[in-house]
Amino acid sequence: MKGIKGYEPRSSSSCAACKLLKRRCTPDCLFAPYFHSNECKKFAKVHKVFGASNVSKILIEVPEKQREDTVNSLAYEAEARLRDPVYGCIGSIAMLQRKMMELQHDLAIAKERLARCRAVAAAATITTTTAPSVIDSLHSDVTLPPFPEFSTSDDLNDIFCHGSSSQFLGRNETVDDFNQIPYIF
Amino acid sequence: MIYGRCAACKSQRRRCPSDCIFSPYFPANNPQRFASVHKIYGGGNVGKMLQQLPHYVREQAANTLYLEAQCRIQNPVYGCVGIISKLYQQIHDTEAELAKIQTQIACHKLQNQQYEAGSNFNLLPPQSSSMEQFQWPNQTPNWFN
Repeated sequence: MKGIKGYEPRSSSSCAACKLLKRRCTPDCLFAPYFHSNECKKFAKVHKVFGASNVSKILIEVPEKQREDTVNSLAYEAEARLRDPVYGCIGSIAMLQRKMMELQHDLAIAKERLARCRAVAAAATITTTTAPSVIDSLHSDVTLPPFPEFSTSDDLNDIFCHGSSSQFLGRNETVDDFNQIPYIF
Repeated sequence: MIYGRCAACKSQRRRCPSDCIFSPYFPANNPQRFASVHKIYGGGNVGKMLQQLPHYVREQAANTLYLEAQCRIQNPVYGCVGIISKLYQQIHDTEAELAKIQTQIACHKLQNQQYEAGSNFNLLPPQSSSMEQFQWPNQTPNWFN
């Protein structure tokens, strides 16, 4: 077998893509670094939704350093589309947009309440004249001392809130950045 | 038929049958719509996906496929997943800010209660030795350290 020209046995070294497509996995196979031989389901999903040739076209267009992220995001989208053939990832986006709108509404109400509380507190400190150093012992002036920095919002949630847990840290952006995605619901 | 073909059949240079799966959702006057989904998914895959769905949801499916394809064209690395990730980040930041403000509100309420309780003792002589019994600072929760 070794003497046959061009023959390369299809062994466990074939990537998942070449296994599924039943072709020879060459050393420079585009899929091999991202679809290991034990990831057949992952490639099957991506192939079912996008098609192998479209995936290879997408991968060729992106820099090599970003191909792993590209494959992972394609796998995520394929999974979402197979799970929800009508809405796919757009369903998740719509749900998150809705949650964001509710949170912004809650935040606006909370800020308004805080402003009212501060006004009441300021009025209370002004009208209090000969009271013992009860208030003075709490803070030296009418402004509140700085709040400690909590490491995670989970601490606060446990004590005061019943909001859902969050997993990501990130920068501040407005939801208005996503003009291309209409509010579906 | 030269005229009346949908965008998909025009693109594929074929006859557009009366029961073409694409024609209700990819009209000829919007060729870019089909071009986007064809580039990312391939016309065949789109047709298969639409065939597997009931009629009444096919339009929505075509719309979301188009949106996802557009996201992928604009951001080839992350596509829609980039938007989902950003939304999660925004939600986390907003939840943290909301929790912080709710903490401040709770503290204000506590302080207001203490002000009201403290004002009840204004009738006592300020120099009275009995004031030593009311050393509030030691009894307040340690909010600020």
